[in-house]
Amino acid sequence: MYTFSNRLKIGSFIAMGLGLIFLAIGFVSAPSTVEEAKAIVASAHGDGHGGGHAEAVEEHGGSQGHGEAAAHSTEAAHDEGHDAAHDEHLLHQLQNRPWAALYVAAFFFFMIALGVLAFYAIQRAAQAGWSPLLFRVMEGITAYLVPGGIIVFVILVLSVLHMNHMFVWMDAEVVAHDELLQGKAGYLNPTFFLIRAAIFLGGWIFYREYSRKLSLAQDESDDNSNFVKNFRWSAAFLVFYLVTESMMSWDWIMSLDPHWFSTLFGWYVFASMFVSGITVIAMVSIYLKSRGYLEVVNDSHIHDLAKFMFGISIFWTYLWFAQFMLIWYADIPEEVTYYVARFQDYKLPFFGMLVMNFVFPLLVLMNSDYKRVNWFVIMAGIVVLLGHYLDVYIMVMPATVGDQWHIGLPEIGGILFFGGLFVFWVFNTLTKAPLLPKRNPFIEESRHFHY
Amino acid sequence: MASKVIQALYNDDDVLMHAVKKVRAEHHHIEEVYTPFPVHGLDKAMGLADTRIAITSFMYGCLGLIVAIVMMNYIMIEDWPQDIGGKPSFSYLENMPAFVPIMFEMTVFFAAHLMVITFYLRSRMWPFKKAENPDKRTTDDHFLMEIGVHDNEKELTDLLWETGAVEINVTEKES
Repeated sequence: MYTFSNRLKIGSFIAMGLGLIFLAIGFVSAPSTVEEAKAIVASAHGDGHGGGHAEAVEEHGGSQGHGEAAAHSTEAAHDEGHDAAHDEHLLHQLQNRPWAALYVAAFFFFMIALGVLAFYAIQRAAQAGWSPLLFRVMEGITAYLVPGGIIVFVILVLSVLHMNHMFVWMDAEVVAHDELLQGKAGYLNPTFFLIRAAIFLGGWIFYREYSRKLSLAQDESDDNSNFVKNFRWSAAFLVFYLVTESMMSWDWIMSLDPHWFSTLFGWYVFASMFVSGITVIAMVSIYLKSRGYLEVVNDSHIHDLAKFMFGISIFWTYLWFAQFMLIWYADIPEEVTYYVARFQDYKLPFFGMLVMNFVFPLLVLMNSDYKRVNWFVIMAGIVVLLGHYLDVYIMVMPATVGDQWHIGLPEIGGILFFGGLFVFWVFNTLTKAPLLPKRNPFIEESRHFHY
Repeated sequence: MASKVIQALYNDDDVLMHAVKKVRAEHHHIEEVYTPFPVHGLDKAMGLADTRIAITSFMYGCLGLIVAIVMMNYIMIEDWPQDIGGKPSFSYLENMPAFVPIMFEMTVFFAAHLMVITFYLRSRMWPFKKAENPDKRTTDDHFLMEIGVHDNEKELTDLLWETGAVEINVTEKES
């Protein structure tokens, strides 16, 4: 049995506390009137806070209208005079910032748990012989699905209740002036949106809990019926997951830019969550191993996980590029604004993320020997996780805060809070059951796994 | 190299593995082992050095990437920067996404083909090459271990019989 180390527990509480404070500061310091918003931008302007920002703001100040980045949410107000509309738009962006920071971090850690769940189901459905030793680690990580999913759902409900302006299509007034959104209202309407979210989360959480129950029951039983049942449920879950994950990505992320659409977006989000999930499995396994709890897990297991990290990082890049290159090449105005916004206002995180998610793992994890060096895998994992945080950040921020982005207190607070919660929940679950499954038909093979 | 060699035949890869380990423990130099299929772990048991072909492949890949970049930079940007459908041919970077598929394929092409050719060269394989096969049965179901004889024929023979050989021949080595 694993005992939660006190230092880790206290560390996770401190992270949660600090994160809460930072997030609170973010919410308190968000402007509530147009004047305040202007003052904030002016002062940022004054001390030359980030040259890129200042320029972008100046550009906006002109009355030719908005940068493509911001065009969608205020189209309704265009006729009433650009300046007033622009100021209000700015206010909404600044008000969105703590919300978006909260949402990005909440979704990021939730998607790690979901990615691990998909990996777990694949291992079960494929009857992999190497991984059963790691099932308990994976089950521990997917436990975060419950609190993480509920928090994301609550944020979505609060958005529907107009506590923020993250999803413009939820604003009836915007929709009234926007024919494109009216056309999509059959799908993008608040009620259906929440029903869908509830169905997705319900299905995922149900599979997670039921599979965990079967997995624990298998330890105590004297035949393999639980294992077979788990195999069937895993295969069924994967079908459900692929459909719902795709829809989830349209709902929760793509609908932030409701004028934009991309067909492979679901896969792209999937690759991001899958690689983050595998990375976290590797990191938690290495941590537990270093504490002496997973002695039977050998370097070959770590090697396999690192291979997955390497391969799926490249798969993610493939999808990122496929999406980007097709849109860049055809250059159709209604699609390309998505990337114009990111190129103009997010150059460093946008390209930095590519380096972190592609170039770095490509070079670091290519060598077979390095994949067996545990600290190398941890180092690569940290960079990959930060990279995929930025990936989610880049998906959410341009639509919610536009050029008013920053990685400051609210963003770091979000990471700290949800990171602390994640660590606490995951390691707390790990104490609930023995770390090694006892009666899995593949456990012996997994124990002797050697690459 | 000894001019006289002893060839021990085995009909099971497990027996062969044990024999190899035993012969190595007795400090005899194994000149060659012939098997009909890859025997997992044989290279480790024989103490062969790791292959470096993956490293050559990486370098060939880098070469392919450079070739692709230099080629397209010259053709599309420097030599005749035409406006083709509004693509920005002002600099390589601006039009790079359009070149990525070619950069990728060239990298893979160079890495794969040059590595295969390297493999052929290093393992001396080519059409019309005379097969180096001491015993035809080693291509079907027998395993053959070859050890040089240095006035210790009797000792070696005894050792090899002990390891479970099914047949032992002492022959003059050709060439």
